[in-house]
Amino acid sequence: MATNQGGRACAVWFGGDALNLSVQLGKLTLQNPVTVASGTFGYGVEYAQLLDLNQLGAVTVKGIRLHPVRGNPTPRTAEVTSGLLNAIGLQGPGVDGFIQKYWPFLKGLRVPTIINIWGTTVEEYAEVARRFDALGGVGALELNVSCPNIKEGGAQFGTDCHLLAQVVAACRRATALPLITKLSPNVVSIAPYAKAAEDAGSDALAITNSYPAMAIDIETRRPRLANVTGGLTGPCIKPIAIKLVWEAAKAVKIPIIGMGGVQTAADAIEFMMAGATAVAVGTANFYEPQTALTVIAGLRAFMERNQIQDVSELVGSVQTPGRKSAPATANRPAKSPVENPPAGGYVGPQ
Amino acid sequence: MLGAAMLEQTVQIVANERDRNLYFRLVMRAPQIAPLVQPGQFAHLRIPPLKAALLRRPFSIFQVEDDTFSILYKTVGQGTEVLSRMRAGEELSAIGPLGHGFTTPRAGGETPLLVAGGYGMAAMFLLAQRSPQNGIVFVGGRRREDILCEDEFRALGWEVRATTEDGSYGEKGLVTQPLLAEIQNPKSKIRNYKLFACGPTPMLKAVGALAAEFDVPAELSMDEHMCCGVGVCLTCVIPVKSGDGWKYQRTCTEGPVFDARQIVWEGIR
Repeated sequence: MATNQGGRACAVWFGGDALNLSVQLGKLTLQNPVTVASGTFGYGVEYAQLLDLNQLGAVTVKGIRLHPVRGNPTPRTAEVTSGLLNAIGLQGPGVDGFIQKYWPFLKGLRVPTIINIWGTTVEEYAEVARRFDALGGVGALELNVSCPNIKEGGAQFGTDCHLLAQVVAACRRATALPLITKLSPNVVSIAPYAKAAEDAGSDALAITNSYPAMAIDIETRRPRLANVTGGLTGPCIKPIAIKLVWEAAKAVKIPIIGMGGVQTAADAIEFMMAGATAVAVGTANFYEPQTALTVIAGLRAFMERNQIQDVSELVGSVQTPGRKSAPATANRPAKSPVENPPAGGYVGPQ
Repeated sequence: MLGAAMLEQTVQIVANERDRNLYFRLVMRAPQIAPLVQPGQFAHLRIPPLKAALLRRPFSIFQVEDDTFSILYKTVGQGTEVLSRMRAGEELSAIGPLGHGFTTPRAGGETPLLVAGGYGMAAMFLLAQRSPQNGIVFVGGRRREDILCEDEFRALGWEVRATTEDGSYGEKGLVTQPLLAEIQNPKSKIRNYKLFACGPTPMLKAVGALAAEFDVPAELSMDEHMCCGVGVCLTCVIPVKSGDGWKYQRTCTEGPVFDARQIVWEGIR
């Protein structure tokens, strides 16, 4: 049974104790740590008949820039072993189209909407941020600086620390909404990018976007995507994403949304142990639309089985050799009762 | 804002039998989905034994009977091969019914001329069954074994004209030949036509060209690669006319059935 208690959006009682699944992303509270990855969930409404959106931690919508975007030619996706290759090209309705067509539905949900935004210039990112700031009722903005499938914008900002800092800082000036910076996996080391986003005022990080990749049809000798290359997602990239989350978590104090191949609660827990405060279900939405809900249920069951009261106890709890304590994160609220803190405890800013 | 009714349901296989050669008929008990199905819609099936191949597979809905619906499929890849080995009693997940289907003909309206290539016949059966007036089915394939379920259309009282590319059955040639002959036949009793087609893209393009040439309305069920099947991923888009230009529309949601005049063929592979 679910109830509201003390500002905690979702607490489940068992054995007299409350299970707390709620997490913070800056000032944004999620009732549980499970959202969906931008681009894998449309604008929410498409899945409204297939699952109860109000059970999610948040709905994260497909990337939006100022103007409508037609997207790439087809074929746009290709199924590969344990994954999916895509080069959609951020087709979308633009800010006005989104507000007119999708916002009335989204603002009626009881869970926050995270709007993924992008542009081809720093100014455009900031302008889109301003527009959504003025809209009112938006949960957070996710800055897409990591899409591999468009020529301008996207990944060029995510693979240059200086540009990244400029984009984040410009959006920070444009809005008081929580900012989540979605980082590219296609960098030698993610730590400086994570730090640059944090220093420029990002409230959280999303790690990671799709991995640049390619597939060839050997009969036709043609690339399987019209765009030739695309972004790889799905279970095959999960270990890559886990490592990136783990590395970034050591470098920053802001919370991380971990994503890349989450299909099960075990996957989500793995991301959280690596240092993610929340997780996003991505490609799995395409084949099992209920995945996010089964992940939430499985996460609850794991907490009960392991007598974990607060889901934040999982965050960064991986025990690596030579490290007796969990890595420092800002994600573990001091108020949460940690019955058996790891030896040495954790070092957080609070 | 919400589209047409669809749902995800665990369906139980009632029968999964070989029709002939590489073609199979799969009947599933789906009490929630079956009554909602309109002609030309599809179901998106998750084939559980597939592990490393993640995606669902879309199939035109062939027949609906009581609380079941069926598909008529050809084994063309790993998904359909694994599916063909599933047995009665086994379960799989279906999302459906999906997509914008054919417009069911009005009583006293145009005579439906159906054009099917291979297992494109599967998408046409419900249309024929639910049409108030009978018409003609033009069915084409490479060989005799590609001409499917003729008898079922005949049992509805429809005329079936078959063509095969190798001449092993029916008229030798392409399915558009007898269609053209019918349209041009001055002795034909049919005054008012409407074309409905499902099959490979080159066939659809040829039907679209005939429709344009003779100014006949035509609805085409487009065959595009799909991923999510519910309008989210934007994989299955095709270019359609919009104002002075064009825009992409989703085969899974605005389609699979489109008005032939709306399709921008230059943009389709």
